[in-house]
Amino acid sequence: MAQAIVELKSVGKSFRAADGAPRAVLEDVDFHLREREIVALLGQSGSGKSTLLRIIAGLVGADRGDVRYRGQPLHGPARGISMVFQSFALFPWLTVQQNVELGLEARGVGKQERAQRAAQAIELIGLSGFEGALPRELSGGMRQRVGIARALVVDPDVLLMDEAFSALDVLTGERLRDDILALWEKKQIPTKAILVVSHNIEEAVMMADRVLIFASDPGRVRFQMNIGLPRPRNADSPEVRALIDEIYAVMTAGRPRRAAEEPERLPLHERLPDADIGRMEGLLERLLEAPFGGRADLPQLAAETGLTDDELLPVTAALALLDLARLEHGDLCVTPLGQRYIASEHSERQALFGQQLLARVPLAAHIRHSLEQEAARELPEEPFLHLLRESLDSAEAERVLRVAIEWGRYGEVYDYNYNTGQIQLPEPATPAP
Amino acid sequence: MKKNTAFFPRQVIEAGGNRWDWALLPLVLAVLVLLAYGAEQMTRPYQVGSALPLSLDPLSLPYDLLRTTLRMFLALGASLVFSCVFAVLAAKYRAAERVLVPLLDILQSIPILGFLSITVTGFIALFPGNLLGVECAAVFAVFTSQAWNMAFSLYQSLKTVPAELQEAARVFQLSGWQRFWRLELPFAMPSLLWNMMMSMSGGWFFVVASEAIAVSNQSIKLPGIGSYIALAIEARDLGAIGWAIGAMLVGVLLYDQLFFRPLLAWADKFRFEETGDGEGQRSWLLTWLRRTHRLRAIGRAAAGLLERSFTWVAPPPDGTSIRARRAAAPSRWSRASDAALAALVMLALWRLARFIHTEVGWREVGHVFVLGGYTLVRVVVLIALAALVWVPIGVWVGMNPRISSRMQALAQFLAAFPANLMFPVAVLGIVHFKLDPDIWLSPLMIFGTQWYLLFNVIAGAAGVPAELRHAAENLGLAGALKWRRYLLPAVFPSFVTGAITASGGSWNAAIVSEYVTWGDTTLQAHGIGSYIAHMTAVGDFPRIALGIGVMCVFVMGLNHFVWRRLYRMAEDRMHF
Repeated sequence: MAQAIVELKSVGKSFRAADGAPRAVLEDVDFHLREREIVALLGQSGSGKSTLLRIIAGLVGADRGDVRYRGQPLHGPARGISMVFQSFALFPWLTVQQNVELGLEARGVGKQERAQRAAQAIELIGLSGFEGALPRELSGGMRQRVGIARALVVDPDVLLMDEAFSALDVLTGERLRDDILALWEKKQIPTKAILVVSHNIEEAVMMADRVLIFASDPGRVRFQMNIGLPRPRNADSPEVRALIDEIYAVMTAGRPRRAAEEPERLPLHERLPDADIGRMEGLLERLLEAPFGGRADLPQLAAETGLTDDELLPVTAALALLDLARLEHGDLCVTPLGQRYIASEHSERQALFGQQLLARVPLAAHIRHSLEQEAARELPEEPFLHLLRESLDSAEAERVLRVAIEWGRYGEVYDYNYNTGQIQLPEPATPAP
Repeated sequence: MKKNTAFFPRQVIEAGGNRWDWALLPLVLAVLVLLAYGAEQMTRPYQVGSALPLSLDPLSLPYDLLRTTLRMFLALGASLVFSCVFAVLAAKYRAAERVLVPLLDILQSIPILGFLSITVTGFIALFPGNLLGVECAAVFAVFTSQAWNMAFSLYQSLKTVPAELQEAARVFQLSGWQRFWRLELPFAMPSLLWNMMMSMSGGWFFVVASEAIAVSNQSIKLPGIGSYIALAIEARDLGAIGWAIGAMLVGVLLYDQLFFRPLLAWADKFRFEETGDGEGQRSWLLTWLRRTHRLRAIGRAAAGLLERSFTWVAPPPDGTSIRARRAAAPSRWSRASDAALAALVMLALWRLARFIHTEVGWREVGHVFVLGGYTLVRVVVLIALAALVWVPIGVWVGMNPRISSRMQALAQFLAAFPANLMFPVAVLGIVHFKLDPDIWLSPLMIFGTQWYLLFNVIAGAAGVPAELRHAAENLGLAGALKWRRYLLPAVFPSFVTGAITASGGSWNAAIVSEYVTWGDTTLQAHGIGSYIAHMTAVGDFPRIALGIGVMCVFVMGLNHFVWRRLYRMAEDRMHF
């Protein structure tokens, strides 16, 4: 077994919530990054994979456990560890060359050597001719190339990539990914290990030797999978398709819809998936059409609808949550209720949606119940936010309430006034006689 | 070409620079000579009590202009250094932040006249027998009118550097020094420059107050435009006022073209928004400078020196070193500093109460609050009136792209123009028509600051997305509905931005505009501004302090309860 470059032992990290109580983001994570290895971290947003990356980058300190780089405890950003950022993090007022030279300048490398090494990195990553350009003149793909050249020019041992391709369109992202893999395979870069945080399952399978899937609340490694396929891999080969399928199955299986008959009671603070209603209906309709006929393989559905994984997975989760569809081994099947839903008229759909919402989402039911107790038929949003903040961080609490409000509005279960921040019961459509 | 150059030895050609160098040479030399001359004049021997030569001869105006401009730029430089130190301290150290930010909030609502009367003797004592002491006091007065908003803008920029860029700076182990020059200052540059321009305009407003200094019952008038105006007011010479206004216009135009335009055009590359309108600032001087050979070499040498300085500062310790270990936040210390801070505030409050009780009495406090109320009513009514006038005009102009850019430049220029120069005309009018100063002095407060309202509304209207405009036309919106549902909400955020500036400026202007003199005629309106101005004229320090304190309370209250809320509302749901 190759030597471990980065070692994490039972690492934990908590953030202090608004009420002062610590909230675990990572708990008891063991992780090794070995030589000549590419590892991908997958997981839903909020599962702590980004935090883990930042702990290794030395940007965030771990609260518990042991973090080591080449056997030494890690207290901050280390020289051998370099990073590529999701939205590039280029300095817009520096030229491409100055951006690439930045890390060298910080190390006190002389002007001549800096220019020479930057030229090499720029050449390697295919940016020759753009040395004098400002980042704002470049397209997204070219910008990320600058980000990668900047990370590679310091000859890093470990390269961290934080969703490095997610801000790019699919084609550009794939090309850039293949370029990096080619450099890695031909050993044209001195980098000994690469850690990729991604939410794109195909990307992870195409790149990594090992895929780690994170679970949330608190974040921990739920599943690990070795990928022994030689690179370059063909995205359409049956081996790759099978692996992608398997990961989809694992990632959707964790949803609280294991037993179809007797759903376990969800907690009030369930992280409602960020699913747009129009998209939910569109997906459901597509699912009933040919070639799926009510049951679809998720990767195939993703390809067919053109949705990325971080768009598709929340929608499927929401459909499952409302029992309009069911997840089985990485497949999505329409339930009888879902069929009835699609067959209905618009107002019927809304009524059905509202009914399911009250029956299956405890937060929505609680909001409705509380409103019914009020003579004024309305309540400020704050108490609900406070409730959610007890178990979620502030931004996540707001997101969950926003989803609950959007769904509630559509199901005409309750309404919300943006200007006053009040949640209210909807006005009855026809006045009572 | 080749044949020609072959005649000369290599060095001659190298040393020659290009034709742009030669074209700019006279300008550079002129600036250098004027700087040296002005500096020499500032450090002449001087005894308190002796009179400085002053005359109302228009021919002395260029000299006066030089002295005044030099003072303003010195103050601007001092403000810049102060802003950097303040912003870095406040943004990096939490303990410093908790003291400095509220302090600055108070400082910026203190009218500058207050500083001058308190500090001038100290400065004179600093350089006995030399004019430099008095000059320093004048520069300091201008500094107090320039520094606060610059410091605040820089601090706010440092606090809002995007998280990913900060992370990148840490991952690539930039030292604090390097990070400041490579990341923080460039990021802050556009808004800092904008605030520098506003500060320059603000400085002109107090040019009279800062140059004509009263100390130990003597009036020292430093050579400058301000003293010239003061002299003209004493002599009731309207023609001289006209000359002074002309000289000022020339001054504003010169430093705008030679200093701010090139800087703005250069700073265009620091814009952080990747998109946005491509229409950047332009400057003939910058274009010219960029074509020179020799002068650019000086710029490059400076940049090279800065780059070299990065190697002198040790990079942060590597993450694997024990020195990089984060010290656990010592909560005991922060609690202790909290307690100390609270104790200090309590002590200050107690001292204040005692001071009021013994020196001025509580009735006086009530009286000053009533006066503050008068001024508050004036500010609010005037802003409402200005809005009624300028919002429709601004919207109309902003929707006509052909005139909007020109009008916007004009409005910015008008904002830079010190309105107090028009005051004598107002005094003559009020005396002649026997008008009520309580009402007719009021418009002077907003005379100089209303332009902020206008050019912000123009910018807001020009920024309405074309699609929205087409949609409104398509739906046939007209009349009141069009204003209520479309135009007013569309310009609301920029209106609020303009109104905040206008309101702040009006409070400051109250001191000058509620108490106006013309020769031996003094017109006074009831208000806190005239109270402060009157007490300054009389030299009653406790009451100056009281007036300033109460004005601070009003300004901060208005900012906190009205403007910030409106601003947040606009930010939250009225932007595109």
